[in-house]
Amino acid sequence: MSNVSLPKKARRIIPGFHLSLGYTMLYVSLLVLLPLSMIFIHTMSLSWTEFIAIITDPRAVASYKVSFGTALVAGIINAIFGTIIAWVLVRYQFPFKRIIDGLVDLPFALPTAVAGIALTSLYAPNGWIGQFFEFKIAFSPLGIIIALTFIGLPFVVRTVQPVLQNISAEVEEASASLGANRLQTFRKILLPELAPAILTGFSLAFARALGEYGSVVFIAGNMPMKTEITPLIIMTKLEQYDYTGATAIAVVMLVTSFVLLFIINFIQWLTNRRFVH
Amino acid sequence: MSIHIHNVSKKYGSFQALEDISVDIQSGELVALLGPSGSGKTSLLRVIAGLESSDVGEILFDGQSMTERHPKERNVGFVFQHYALFRHMTVFDNVAYGLKVRPRKTRPSKQDIKTKVMELLQLVKLENFANRYPTQLSGGQRQRVALARALAVEPKVLLLDEPFGALDAKVRKELRRWLRKLHDEFHITSIFVTHDQEEALDVADRIVVMNNGKIEQIGSPDEVYTNPKSPFVYDFLGNVNLFKGRLANGKLMHGEFALDVPDSHTHTDDNAIGYVRPHDIHIEKTNMPGTVPAKISHIHLLGPIVQIELRREDLDEFLEAELTKEQFFQLQLTIGDQVYIKPKQLKVFIPEDYSI
Amino acid sequence: MEQSIALSKSAALQEPRIIRYLLTFIALAFLAFFIVLPLVSIFVTAFQKGVEVYFAAITHPDALAAIKLTLIVVAIAVPLNAIFGVMAAWALTKFNFKGKNLLLTIVDLPFAVSPVIAGLIFILLFGSQGLFGDWLFAHDIKIVFALPGIVLATIFVTLPFVARELIPLMQTQGTSEEEASISLGASGFKTFWYVTLPNIKWGLFYGLILCNARAIGEFGAVSVVSGHIRGMTNTMPLHIEILYNEYQFSAAFAVASLMSVMAILTLIIKDIIAWKSKSV
Repeated sequence: MSNVSLPKKARRIIPGFHLSLGYTMLYVSLLVLLPLSMIFIHTMSLSWTEFIAIITDPRAVASYKVSFGTALVAGIINAIFGTIIAWVLVRYQFPFKRIIDGLVDLPFALPTAVAGIALTSLYAPNGWIGQFFEFKIAFSPLGIIIALTFIGLPFVVRTVQPVLQNISAEVEEASASLGANRLQTFRKILLPELAPAILTGFSLAFARALGEYGSVVFIAGNMPMKTEITPLIIMTKLEQYDYTGATAIAVVMLVTSFVLLFIINFIQWLTNRRFVH
Repeated sequence: MSIHIHNVSKKYGSFQALEDISVDIQSGELVALLGPSGSGKTSLLRVIAGLESSDVGEILFDGQSMTERHPKERNVGFVFQHYALFRHMTVFDNVAYGLKVRPRKTRPSKQDIKTKVMELLQLVKLENFANRYPTQLSGGQRQRVALARALAVEPKVLLLDEPFGALDAKVRKELRRWLRKLHDEFHITSIFVTHDQEEALDVADRIVVMNNGKIEQIGSPDEVYTNPKSPFVYDFLGNVNLFKGRLANGKLMHGEFALDVPDSHTHTDDNAIGYVRPHDIHIEKTNMPGTVPAKISHIHLLGPIVQIELRREDLDEFLEAELTKEQFFQLQLTIGDQVYIKPKQLKVFIPEDYSI
Repeated sequence: MEQSIALSKSAALQEPRIIRYLLTFIALAFLAFFIVLPLVSIFVTAFQKGVEVYFAAITHPDALAAIKLTLIVVAIAVPLNAIFGVMAAWALTKFNFKGKNLLLTIVDLPFAVSPVIAGLIFILLFGSQGLFGDWLFAHDIKIVFALPGIVLATIFVTLPFVARELIPLMQTQGTSEEEASISLGASGFKTFWYVTLPNIKWGLFYGLILCNARAIGEFGAVSVVSGHIRGMTNTMPLHIEILYNEYQFSAAFAVASLMSVMAILTLIIKDIIAWKSKSV
């Protein structure tokens, strides 16, 4: 009765598992995990009180407020206008639609420094647009918001667009046949379907805006306590060779980003769970 | 090539996909693996092909162990459920693929490959579609390309996973017959997976009925249909009426029925279920001994078979019966008629012996 | 197809005409102010002082050095991330293993990190006070404030692009075509070359284009590690910054216009790829 063979190691039919996984692990370990871990290792050299002192320095705290506030406003602007743009691009027909659709991705393709100087010269007090306004746009928080809106625009449009495309006309027809008017159909049927995508797009735009540097430094004016963003604080500290201070602020930013990343994943997990049983 | 499957078991996590499966398949046989989804039939097919490995057990081709062999060394042709055609290749390139990827030493010349592919395309009646892409073909045509592609490497075993599953009824029947013909010409040992009992009964030499990772019965179509070994097989192959009653003194007591059950004395006073096929329900217009009264509630007249739904008078239960058209007109039945019924043939299973 | 169906909907499923016009107007006006106008202003400002100033700016030795450096950085970073992207997508889509979701998150991580921090981490590793600082100094190897640092920061920032494009694509394609190929006797390499690669080529190309655009334009991360040595470690975006801060607006916008042309080319190629991959 030697018929009982022991369980064999699961054999993988598709080849390259060890090679591809090994390569991937090595690559991310050397280029992502090791460098990123330096932030936390370097911070360890600080005592807790030193660390708290650096990250609660009034100038740093002011920069959190500027960064967070402007990113939030820009995110909300993008959520609203991004949804409208996605709606118009999916539902309506107008000339040059394909070119306009393609242009939405410009902020992804255009270097941030180029966007920064272009927006600055447009919205500066003597610029094409700035000259029509009594108050300052560039070199004020308003300018930061404009730069961050530019940077984050494609996120909401590109997450909402496919969802809108996939909503079947039948759902809307059903709603209309049951007596709902257009606004009711939008509020009760379409908006709930779009909401997760809008929220995801908003979070992506917001997360990107929090860390954005290139486009903002030109337009912000960089006045301490008023228009200084957190990445700039890190940059300034680096220029003064204050690596420890820069790293401490970086910890705050990283933790914020990771929490955001977690929230985004959680939203996506929730939506997936709702639609795929 | 003969195939021997010895005590094969496989688990996915805590799910027992296959449990101690043993089947012997003769060279040149056409065998159907029949069962509901999740019964393990596809897992078994993939284990035979080597696309998946079993935890325990052995697969032998012509007495040679294949268990440790890579699928490409097993010389099997596998037809995937959704065909898995290479979408960026033409029909010709799809069929030629298995020959083109051979090592230089054993690779046929370009001309030979071309001749061979065109031969196969002729066989599956797609010689005019050689330059089309899979997306430009109908479901039935894709299926035939998948088959030609599998045959191109001259496999000793042909394995087909739900070969007709995604096709509409008419194409399905056509391809079924065509597969049978093909098999009769080439005599390649073939195994196909299906959840459609009619398909299995129609095409296969032998049927392996599976459920919950286990084999319920192996036999010819006639055997498994007329002589099911378990309630599951009875249920799965064709319609059936259930008589849930008690065994007493060799009889199954069910409402006013007292039906003879030979060899059942050992089970006296057990709960038991009688299984009766609709065409085994006998209908009379007059009361005879052993019959019970019933009322006709519905008549479904289509083709040569007449389906009749009856409501038993002694119990508030519905029954299904089948008559030929001649019998039906002889009896002159109409809805609401009072009739008398009895089973011509029944098989009794004791529920404790089987979990359904 | 989808669009034409959506557009030929009955009146009950259309907004009133005035709403439609209003929404279209809002969308177009927003895009005009935020996208079109900045783009136009770049080219107008670039040519403001005449064609000669423009060409002088883009043929200045410092500008040429910046262009050359940018191209070198891209030529190293993009292929490396492309190979990584294919490897990672293969491992993450063709197999199941423990910790798969964690690895997916790690691959995405660089997207969540501010570019300034992306630069900072390499200073902490290879800078004079960094982990390997003393060792590098002793062996006279320069990483930070030199080409290797710029390349490393660029690789970090653009690492997820190709993988991110390929993973969902290969996920939907599943493994059945590869299994079919292997059951027909093909080797692993042949299966990848003849079956997988043709199926993912447009997605790969798409990821490459995005990766390339970001690599060319990366500013924050590169700014931290470059050291701003003119004609030596200045990439194109850094060169623009210097010109701008020296009030050489026309020159700054001239170089910016070059980068804008690259961006527009990127968008056009992207559109062609999207159209191609749909028609196959």
